[in-house]
Amino acid sequence: MTNIDQGHRLIQRPVLERPEIVQTSLLRQSLSIARRNLIHIKRMPEMLLDVTIQPVIFVLLFAYVFGSSIAIETEAGYKAWLLGGIMAQTVAFSAFIVAVGLTADLDKGIVDRMRSLPINSAAVLVGRSMSSLLHSSIGLVVMSLTGLLIGWRIHTNVVDAALGYLLLLGWGFAMIWVGIWVGSAMRSVEAVNGVMFATMFPITFLANTFAPTDNMPTWLRTIAEWNPISSLTQAVRELWGNDQPLHADAALPLQHPVLATLIWIVVITAILAPLAIRTFNKRTAS
Amino acid sequence: MSEPAVLISGLEMQYGDKRAVDGLSMQVHRGSITAVLGPNGAGKTTTLETCEGYRRPQAGTVRVLGLDPHRQRAALLPRIGVMLQAGGAWSGVRAMEMLDHIASLHAHPLDTVMLHDRLGLGDCGRTPYRRLSGGQQQRLGLAMALVGRPELVFVDEPTAGMDPQARRTTWELLEEIRGDGVTVVLTTHHMDEAERLADQIHIIDRGRLIASGSPTDLTSGGRSATIRLVVTRPFPDGAPESLRSALGPETEVTQLDDRSMLITGPADGGTLGTVSRWCEKHDVLPESLTLGRATLEDVFLRLTGRELVT
Repeated sequence: MTNIDQGHRLIQRPVLERPEIVQTSLLRQSLSIARRNLIHIKRMPEMLLDVTIQPVIFVLLFAYVFGSSIAIETEAGYKAWLLGGIMAQTVAFSAFIVAVGLTADLDKGIVDRMRSLPINSAAVLVGRSMSSLLHSSIGLVVMSLTGLLIGWRIHTNVVDAALGYLLLLGWGFAMIWVGIWVGSAMRSVEAVNGVMFATMFPITFLANTFAPTDNMPTWLRTIAEWNPISSLTQAVRELWGNDQPLHADAALPLQHPVLATLIWIVVITAILAPLAIRTFNKRTAS
Repeated sequence: MSEPAVLISGLEMQYGDKRAVDGLSMQVHRGSITAVLGPNGAGKTTTLETCEGYRRPQAGTVRVLGLDPHRQRAALLPRIGVMLQAGGAWSGVRAMEMLDHIASLHAHPLDTVMLHDRLGLGDCGRTPYRRLSGGQQQRLGLAMALVGRPELVFVDEPTAGMDPQARRTTWELLEEIRGDGVTVVLTTHHMDEAERLADQIHIIDRGRLIASGSPTDLTSGGRSATIRLVVTRPFPDGAPESLRSALGPETEVTQLDDRSMLITGPADGGTLGTVSRWCEKHDVLPESLTLGRATLEDVFLRLTGRELVT
């Protein structure tokens, strides 16, 4: 005989039937955990600085400091051209957000607490991914509004415009795995900060994000044009009509930036997702 | 009638070259409060974490509600509640938000407002976790363990950091959920907690079970007495043996250090007299001679030869 039909009355009186206890669905669990991450942001709004004040400052700084000396052959000039680059950088940094959040959760025993609950162990990661994508979306909205104020416009159609945003979010999805991997491997939030700054800054700058690659020395230009961030930036600029004519000798990914970006998203996810899940499981099993 | 709620046999767990659990076997009956008692580092938490499925037994078997906690974790987790020793909430969250969050991850949670009030968390629902007192954090932890209507709860050091008032409330609460048929397994290093609360006590030391029984069994139903004898200068050689022969074969005499002795066994009106006559005869002067009913503390001392230092 099982305990289920003993009619437990836990604290409440009179006697309550003990319902059959089942697991909730992965979707419900993940939404619940994503909601929890959002409450966390609500209590500590400074967590949103990285997708609000910071990109706005970047847009303004770059637009006015570099804008006067970098000539770009588009209608609104450097400012409009820049915006795609800043958005690509901010989305790439979502790896940072995921890694810091996950390391903090592991460190404070929140992941252990979750593991004592009747939930799918993937829910912690799926929930974090959902809230991270929302977090990045807030950044995209803030930057779009800032862009509109300084003269950036989308010159194409609704479909291409939406595709541009989708590509950015798709990139954010791939970056989540980088974040989970780094977050599970590092022991402290400080270590995550160190590793992420040391890698993400060079990667996002060594590209066409803030300056055209045309005038770079050949070796640097090759690296920059094959950098996945450059494909993403170029794709977004093309889809929104903010690009300048491409040099005939530009690297292959820049000739087909949308396709190249999609391939990068698939490749990064295919390699890093299993690696990230393995590292996470190993970390939590100890 | 039914299988035990927890069945551990021959459990061994080792970290590096430290043996945390060393061939432990014990049972927990359904509907009881069972205390796992032992000093810090005795292997209590490791044992509990193995029952909760966090760790895989390196040797031996563990069954909780008839299930293997590691391999059948998904089936087990909906039926148990776990109160962690610390942490498990992030600092900015409000108490009630945290409880609601945990509730939302269960299929049939209890009413969180009711649970919250019952645990006396009434006025701190909106207080951020980091500003709750130690006792309030513990009670919130207990609420999180209970919200999913478990059949069995594991509570690790439930009253750590609580003031006496909060301890009593927590004890009453645990007794109340036992009254509702929930099995409670708790770890503690407080003798009074185990003695007051538990139906069954398992005393663990250095990863091994050294005694089991109800508080009354362990203290021999109060018929047994404990005498602590402290003298002004060191005992002569062979003192424990000679004292034992003076008191009779049923008495146990343990020398604690060169000037103190613990005597346990059946006591009557003449026992103290016998001890003081023995002192006179052996030319040692008692500094203090105290008689009391045997407590769990004495049981532990007799079994291990050490005080339960915590």
